[in-house]
Amino acid sequence: MKPILMIDFGSTNTKVTAVDLDSETLLGTAAAYTTVQTDVGEGLQEAMEKLEEKIGKLDFAERYACSSAAGGLKMISSGLVPELTAEAARQAALGAGAKVMKVYSYELTEDDAEEIEALKPDIFLLTGGTDGGNKDNIIQNARVLAECKANFPVVLAGNRTAARTCEKILTEAGRQVIRCENVMPKFNELNIGPAQAKIREIFLDRIIKAKGLSQASQLISGIMMPTPAAVLAAMELLSRGTKTENGLGELVAVDVGGATTDIYSMTDGAPDRAGTILKGLPEPYAKRTVEGDIGMRYSAAGIAEAVGIPMLSQLSGLTEDRTSALLAEITTHTDSLPDTDEKKRLDQALASMAIKVGITRHAGTVEKVYTPVGEAYVQSGKDLSRVDKIILTGGSLIHNAPDTARAIASHALYDMAEPASLKPRNAEILIDTQYILSAMGLLSQYAPDTALKIMKKELTSYGTAK
Amino acid sequence: MENKKKLVIGVIGADVHAVGIQILYHAFEDAGFDVTNLGVMVSQEEYIAAAVETDADAIMVSSLYGHGELDCRGLREKCNEAGLKDILLYVGGNIVVGKQPFDEVEARFKKMGFNRVFGPGTAPEETIKYLKEDLGIE
Repeated sequence: MKPILMIDFGSTNTKVTAVDLDSETLLGTAAAYTTVQTDVGEGLQEAMEKLEEKIGKLDFAERYACSSAAGGLKMISSGLVPELTAEAARQAALGAGAKVMKVYSYELTEDDAEEIEALKPDIFLLTGGTDGGNKDNIIQNARVLAECKANFPVVLAGNRTAARTCEKILTEAGRQVIRCENVMPKFNELNIGPAQAKIREIFLDRIIKAKGLSQASQLISGIMMPTPAAVLAAMELLSRGTKTENGLGELVAVDVGGATTDIYSMTDGAPDRAGTILKGLPEPYAKRTVEGDIGMRYSAAGIAEAVGIPMLSQLSGLTEDRTSALLAEITTHTDSLPDTDEKKRLDQALASMAIKVGITRHAGTVEKVYTPVGEAYVQSGKDLSRVDKIILTGGSLIHNAPDTARAIASHALYDMAEPASLKPRNAEILIDTQYILSAMGLLSQYAPDTALKIMKKELTSYGTAK
Repeated sequence: MENKKKLVIGVIGADVHAVGIQILYHAFEDAGFDVTNLGVMVSQEEYIAAAVETDADAIMVSSLYGHGELDCRGLREKCNEAGLKDILLYVGGNIVVGKQPFDEVEARFKKMGFNRVFGPGTAPEETIKYLKEDLGIE
């Protein structure tokens, strides 16, 4: 037996997952409630005690960790044109597992500088211009950032012909600058890998210490990554597979949390219909989006705002007044559990709509256009209609009974009322009942075959939603 | 990076003629330009976004389905609004419906702010000649 431990430092939970590398099996999981005030070491200690109660004391060969504690990896990015380099920068930050607090386009103003100071990002991603393209904008923005009083490193990933100038401006102002390849070297060519690699390096070097995780890091042998980056890695592995073990192919994963809803899609999202014209930025195979206004507790009001109280009332079977009252209650008491029948019904309605809104915003759209030579289709974003697997994770989704989970998940699917939205047509629902996705993402960096085999075994199929 | 002059090209509006723009792309690249090809069904906003990001020297609008006049209206004004004040605007193809005298058509498009207007059957070499002249190369 070769036991390995994966630790997930969350903002409200510390989760531990033990696997045996020799038999390629999951040994057990445990979690401890933590607060902002709790020392991370305490949370880990408590989770370990719970784990030992279940599986006994083990001598772990390795310990890996990911973290979303202390607000996660907070980033701000800037680019030139909103749909082009600013969007590429957003994608780079999201794919690196960051919480993107703000995306600026065009020139930063003094007001923006004040806002940036107030938001205190962990990293600023500065982009703009294709290689050999516009230089003025990124240089001007470097000047504004040089004046900012907050202390944050800048990842510089814009027009390479302006890089030296920007670096000089920022370095002279005493700011740490990390230069890398342009996120959009040519028009509409996405190149976010290099920037993401730098973001991860900074996260390791700097952020972990700043967030008080260094005490715990003595116990950890390596691979600290932001939790969303770990989940993204797990989903990419599950989709693509390894040399020796097949993956599941194209899939979508949904993580509905208390404050946000994260959507992951693993597909190139190319048009299904021949002759469709693609518009907009090329999409990464592994894409993550985050809906900051959609969540089960802190952002429950955002769901109501997006779909309306009548919709939630209809789904839950509660009156509109009762729905509003309960919503107010759970938004104020964010730790409230669905302990009554009414709250359960409301939670199911909220989860259904969180999935619907999240996937609708993540999925691409197709539009039929009539041209003088006949009909044409124009697609923007990813076509998910072929995707036939949906993975559900997150506390609010994994504890439901199969029928309920399937009903909730069916809201991820194509809806005749929104014919332009390219959502999956029908899909098998797989539930992360053991809550192991972030742990498997960590393990994927070290033993991908094992991580893949465990995921394929532990993700529970709840049938096909239509 | 060489100091090539930068062009943004594409077929405007609901026009799906995909072949000609490929030919133009290769012709302009071979003539030494750095070309961003937006393909077909390009909106005014897309030309402008691409020109801003790539710091283009000229926007080359193609139109083959006869609705060019409607599609091109306001492009110069939008360029000015986006800070592309001195950018060259060229238009060419079957840009109007029916057989209209070319000098009238040219006058109308010039009034809309286009620097050069080309009728049907113009060879790429001719456009390239004017481009080099207008951009001060050679």
